[in-house]
Amino acid sequence: MSTLFSGDFWAFVGVVAGIYTILALGLQIQFGFTGLLNFGQVAFMAIGAYTMAILVVKEGWSTWLAAPLGIAAAAVGGLVLGLPSVRLRSDYFAIVTIAFSEIIRYVATNEDALTGGSQGTIALGKVGTAAQYNTQWSSFQSRVQGWLGFSSSDATMLVIVWLVAVALLALTALAVRTPWGRVLKSIREDEDAAASLGKNVFSYKLQALAIGAALAGIAGLFYAWEFSFFSPDDFEPLLTFFAWMILLLGGLGRVWAVPIGAGVFGFIFAGTRFLDFAPFTWFGSDQRAYLRLIIIGLVILALVVFRPQGLLGRKQEMVLE
Amino acid sequence: MSDFLQLLANGLVEGSIYAIAALGVSLVYALLRLVNFAYGDMMAFGALIAYGCNGPLHQSMVVSALAGMAATAVLCLVLDVVLWKPLRARRAGFMSLFLASIALSLLLRQGLLLGAGPQPEAYHVNPYRVFVLGSVRLSEAQVIAIATAGATIVLVALFLARTTAGQTLRAMADDRTLAAIAGVDVTRATQLAWIVSGLLAGLAGVLAGLVEYSFDPNFGFELLLPVFAAVVLGGIGSAYGALAGGLALGVAEELSTWSGFAGGVNPTYKPVVAFAVLALALLVRPQGFFGRARVA
Repeated sequence: MSTLFSGDFWAFVGVVAGIYTILALGLQIQFGFTGLLNFGQVAFMAIGAYTMAILVVKEGWSTWLAAPLGIAAAAVGGLVLGLPSVRLRSDYFAIVTIAFSEIIRYVATNEDALTGGSQGTIALGKVGTAAQYNTQWSSFQSRVQGWLGFSSSDATMLVIVWLVAVALLALTALAVRTPWGRVLKSIREDEDAAASLGKNVFSYKLQALAIGAALAGIAGLFYAWEFSFFSPDDFEPLLTFFAWMILLLGGLGRVWAVPIGAGVFGFIFAGTRFLDFAPFTWFGSDQRAYLRLIIIGLVILALVVFRPQGLLGRKQEMVLE
Repeated sequence: MSDFLQLLANGLVEGSIYAIAALGVSLVYALLRLVNFAYGDMMAFGALIAYGCNGPLHQSMVVSALAGMAATAVLCLVLDVVLWKPLRARRAGFMSLFLASIALSLLLRQGLLLGAGPQPEAYHVNPYRVFVLGSVRLSEAQVIAIATAGATIVLVALFLARTTAGQTLRAMADDRTLAAIAGVDVTRATQLAWIVSGLLAGLAGVLAGLVEYSFDPNFGFELLLPVFAAVVLGGIGSAYGALAGGLALGVAEELSTWSGFAGGVNPTYKPVVAFAVLALALLVRPQGFFGRARVA
């Protein structure tokens, strides 16, 4: 019960919610505004995190050069995925994106020489050494902690992640109000109409996909720094589904609904840890981990059936079809 | 050359399992426009029910397989009543159905992990009995799988082509509204599609469990993506496409590891090969081999 009242624990929940906000914001641009059914979002997170870690450990790059390159690599990944696939029908596109994310995970698991394989980033360096990619980040974080006068590193990370998240949310909110954003929405509503008005639908879809992928890349960087170790298992398709759940919890087509969805999700996900009363006590701790995911599955199902526009979405603007 | 034939045989075994599963996915898609992401976990459900009969209850493999298939069909029917029917009544589109099936997949898999535990299980069959055919060696499980799959494919093809029920299903796949106007009992036909799809899921699960020898509740989900690739390769909603796609994919996966083919691909990359084949095929023919060209 003591963790329930621990500030550090809830700061951690807040950090994870912030990372998910950035991840799901990418999906909001891709699906909520452009109508692209991307089910492979986690792949771009992996590309961002791995690019940064590999450049830092293997090439000895500065974190401040490697991180932007990780984001760029994620965006390029979005273009590579999009070039052959955005012309496909939406159901085919959805399947191809899941497939893409699984391919990325397979490659990360099997290319030991490049990624450290299934052992994760700890095996990135020479044999027998535990590789660290976050030395520079940690010293930056402790400097920020000094400025803020915080005693907890979790609280510091919370501030950093949410500053970035709010900045990205504000940028996105501005971007979707520009003519560019209106073209995206018109593609979501009626692709043929947008094309008939001379808009290059293919190019706009690619842009939305690449920008959403770049956001996932940023989420991947923070994920890597927050946990100071990751392996291909951290990028299972489950994470993409969590991002989708956040999108639905918040609401489709609304930028500021994303952090609310992420907050509610974080609360459900963390809150299910405290189910230590009957009937949950009948199960062992590993079985309760399955129960948590069952509860999350039930919440998604209930949302899809009863509230297809999301908790805060506008029914007039966008309903999950 | 002999290892080429061996790989071809392995590919046909794997491909026939993909084909059965792809048929089940495609059938439901053709009628309900539902891409069932929970199908892999339904396969695992069937395989584990069969294991329950075969292991702890000491039933023969045939009885166990039938029990697993029947249980999966019942599961599909129940889910149709409690989940898919309300969604259809709300005129839910592709997106809602797909997301609901993803959530269902999560529920089913975690439910199986909760019920059966994460440890791998194996059917009580002799893994060392081997059939030799020329230079090709096939395990008993592989022979059973390919024979059963062959028989099933013929049976399903006859069912769809010759029986009234099969024609009803094809009519509904063509045009649901028109079929309803022509007097087809849409509810009954939908239930029938779920029964067939469930039986196929259970069978594919049991056969995959036999061939892989040991399996856990996650194995269905791992099979799902190649099955989807097979469905898309053949064209979603096309029965013959699903069969062809499944066989083609199984063979492509196995043959990619052949040393005569540019040294062969590392076997761990077999699933990647499946998707590379898929991506190439979609570039050439975006609607799949047998799919109808359709906008949106």
